[in-house]
Amino acid sequence: MADQTLPTNAWPANAAPSDLISPGRKRLGRALMAAATVGLLAVIAVQILYKTEVDTIGFETWRPVVYAYVLWGVALGVGQVLTRGEDGQRALFLLPALLFTIAMVIFPTLFGFYIALTDWNLSSFSGRKFNGLDNFWQMLADPYYRNALFNMVLYVLAVLVEYVIAFGLALLLNAQIRARKFFRVVFLMPLMLSPVAVSWMIGKSLMEYRFGPAAALARQLGWENPAFFSNPITARISIMVLDAWTFIPFMMIMLLAGLQAMSREVLEAARVDGANAWQTFWQVTFPLMLPVSVTAIILRIIFKLKLADIIITVTSGGPGGATDSVSSFIYREYRDRSNVGYGTMLAMAYLIIIIIFVTWLLKFANRFVRNVN
Amino acid sequence: MSVQTTEYAASEIRSPASFFANRAFIYGALVFWAFICLFPIYWTITTSFKTAVDVTQGHLIPFVDFRPDWKGWRSLGLSPDSIFRTSTVRDEFIKRFMNSVITSVGASSLAIVIGSLAAYGLTRYRYHFAWFKNEDISFFFLSQLILPPVVLALPFLVLYREVGMLDTRIGLILLYTLMVLPIVIWIMRDQFNSIPVELEEAALVDGLSIWGAFFRIVMPIALPGMVAAFILAMVLCWNEYFFAALLTSTDAKTIPVMVASQTGSQGINWWSMAALATAAITPLAVIGIALERYLIMGMTAGAVK
Repeated sequence: MADQTLPTNAWPANAAPSDLISPGRKRLGRALMAAATVGLLAVIAVQILYKTEVDTIGFETWRPVVYAYVLWGVALGVGQVLTRGEDGQRALFLLPALLFTIAMVIFPTLFGFYIALTDWNLSSFSGRKFNGLDNFWQMLADPYYRNALFNMVLYVLAVLVEYVIAFGLALLLNAQIRARKFFRVVFLMPLMLSPVAVSWMIGKSLMEYRFGPAAALARQLGWENPAFFSNPITARISIMVLDAWTFIPFMMIMLLAGLQAMSREVLEAARVDGANAWQTFWQVTFPLMLPVSVTAIILRIIFKLKLADIIITVTSGGPGGATDSVSSFIYREYRDRSNVGYGTMLAMAYLIIIIIFVTWLLKFANRFVRNVN
Repeated sequence: MSVQTTEYAASEIRSPASFFANRAFIYGALVFWAFICLFPIYWTITTSFKTAVDVTQGHLIPFVDFRPDWKGWRSLGLSPDSIFRTSTVRDEFIKRFMNSVITSVGASSLAIVIGSLAAYGLTRYRYHFAWFKNEDISFFFLSQLILPPVVLALPFLVLYREVGMLDTRIGLILLYTLMVLPIVIWIMRDQFNSIPVELEEAALVDGLSIWGAFFRIVMPIALPGMVAAFILAMVLCWNEYFFAALLTSTDAKTIPVMVASQTGSQGINWWSMAALATAAITPLAVIGIALERYLIMGMTAGAVK
């Protein structure tokens, strides 16, 4: 399909027109692409026949198909340059990333939809069986999945709290302070640390019930039984805190960049008009910061929707699935029960929910920013 | 786009008393948050030098509360007295560490190469790809960002088994490349947009080819952006756990998987866990301190118009 790539009105205008390319070169290019395509299809066909035991010639694994795809990509690129000259050279910028992403996303996702419709348990001997929408009906009746989805709503809502803290920190860093660089590096630190190490450092040791410093502090403050992960509500909050600790710097840095890009004249003008700091913030700074804020919040929500590693390592979803995110739930569905078919159905349903939600979010955010400004 | 010093706000304050109250509040808040950021790190590092008693009694300050001990590091084979002896744990650790280095550097490099090329093409030329235009292609790339790992994980588990790439570093590299590619394209698009087109026009007039102009003129200017994208990609790949936990078992296991797998078996060895966690976070902590400028540049790309 890439041979339909036709950069029209391309920049720059002085590119070599394609009629300067000799017919022989064009023919060579076409022949190369055709040969590569035939070769790729042949390898796939041979492999399918071998795997379905129609044929005895073939390869042990599907890996040759991967090599064939790579070779096909190279031939396609060369063919583009041969047949279309500079236009082909331009297409060459885009081709590697495009072929890579298509191979790595489109095919596995389609394959995933197929797996989702099968009854496939890796630990059973019966192998994969097509069972239509059974997984789907099972999903609708699964209280744990619903619970995980509900948790995701809570986790996403926690982003707003993170945003408030991040905005406060950005304002602090933007104030006239000494050692700004030091504080910036320190505040950025949590983002660099691996969530798995963080879940151990904080979740499993600082918040350890018997002798973790956080538990000791909580006792000092009058909480008699500081078991952070035994009660569903505190467990959820603890997970949110852990996740917030790692990701607040991310929003903070974006907001800080927004604050520093703001023109000082506007702030000066507000002050000349007699606005105090509070009024200046709400009537000037905050509205001007809306576009950056919306970008930061949306990006953060997108990352939040992938939340899994902290939950897997700290609580494994417990107590009783109370802290499960969708990802960690599916992870355990696979790890503990080897239930590939059902797990994939859950994942695909989640993908569709996410796509709808994020599309709506982007639309809503666009309209929101436009209405306010 | 890096964050620069701005000087204002002092003139806002009127009386000296409120000036000092204001200062005290700002510095108080800064120090408080710095404490929140640093204490867990401090706790981890000191715990790696504690013995069992010191952990259970909640001792905090080395030399005052407790006598530092190499126990944790000895169990990893990294303490001064055990570093020259053979240690299976250390070999294991070094293997995992190298796996992490190879996968994250490999994936980031691959993503930078194909991502920069695509971003350059998208900012400079107009493509028609069936009924897709530039905006659609850009959106296609960036929309990969919302794809949760869990959606790809199970199909890839099956596919990689068929292809014979399960538990290999190359398999992880390909997946990580996919994971960071949208971010790289996002950053590099911003970067290339800030480079004036006239530079390349002049280069083309001087007889350079399209690719010549890209390599000789544009790339050197865009290098800081590439470094920024590379570092951000490194951080994400180094810390990735989900794919690594599902798709690797013995050969290609990375550091986060090793850290996570320590907790189960025979209760928690606080000191050795702390030593392992410290070793796992040190490389990125160092990168974060040394290359903070680039990290910030990467994170704020395209955020502020």
